Amino acid sequence: MTGYEGADLAIALINVVLLGLLFVIGVAIARMRSLFAIVMLSGVYSLISATWFVALDAVDVAFTEAAVGAGISTALLLGAMLLTSRTAKPEPRAMRIVPLFAVIAVGCMLVYATIDLPAFGDPDSPANTYVGTAYLERTPEDIGVPNIVTAVLASYRGFDTLGETGVVFAAALSVILLLGFGERSLSASLRKKTDKKG
Amino acid sequence: MIGAAAVALIVAIGLMLIRVLLGPTLYDRVLAVNSMGTKIVLFIGVLGFVLGRPDFLDISVLYALINFVSTIAILKFFRYRSFQVPLMRRTAPRRTVQGGDDE
Repeated sequence: MTGYEGADLAIALINVVLLGLLFVIGVAIARMRSLFAIVMLSGVYSLISATWFVALDAVDVAFTEAAVGAGISTALLLGAMLLTSRTAKPEPRAMRIVPLFAVIAVGCMLVYATIDLPAFGDPDSPANTYVGTAYLERTPEDIGVPNIVTAVLASYRGFDTLGETGVVFAAALSVILLLGFGERSLSASLRKKTDKKG
Repeated sequence: MIGAAAVALIVAIGLMLIRVLLGPTLYDRVLAVNSMGTKIVLFIGVLGFVLGRPDFLDISVLYALINFVSTIAILKFFRYRSFQVPLMRRTAPRRTVQGGDDE
């Protein structure tokens, strides 16, 4: 099983590099004032975290992150930027220190919480001992797709996923109906107002 | 050999990230983000072969689609300042781009 160990080392290296990139982007987002650069960087952040999820074998989470984080939320943030200014106001120094402490405290709590978690891929963890093993055993003959999570989401819990899709569709539809689109949308009417002023 | 390709792609992603961070104009950033997405697509494809699971190639193709659509959306947004404009226009569009400083 030497090949398996080599792959493990490769995964560990890739994780460290990707997390380092995410750290750099996070610090840059916190320090930048140009809103457009921040929107672009948040898109890059979700793209790289999606890559990290792929490396961790959470393909479905990765795909959601890429579609929602890098695709839709970049577009939504750009649309929100249209309604405000293009640069953030600089904050006083005291306002910057309080969030720093909050972030450090939450980070310490999260690290403390991970100590109790079972190791990555541990066969004795609760997720792998009860119903998970049944899915792992039955999926190849029942459905025959390589990814078990996809089989659970789209087949074993197909009605659940269908209901979720209906809920998300209804939410998007009501937001569109509330904000409007085309010439009668909120952004178009705001733009008309500013055009009249200017 | 494939590992070397993965390392080279990571280095390329780092270089693109520097351009996104420093990029003086808006278009530098858009271009850097777009090519970063391309590098990430390639990296996921290479990663599948490094880990011995070529199934990842399908995922990377889907990422390429998302990357393309989001770049088109961003550029369209900065040309027309709205998403609700058809891309084909009969009359010449009015120029409303303000981000390009070097033009």
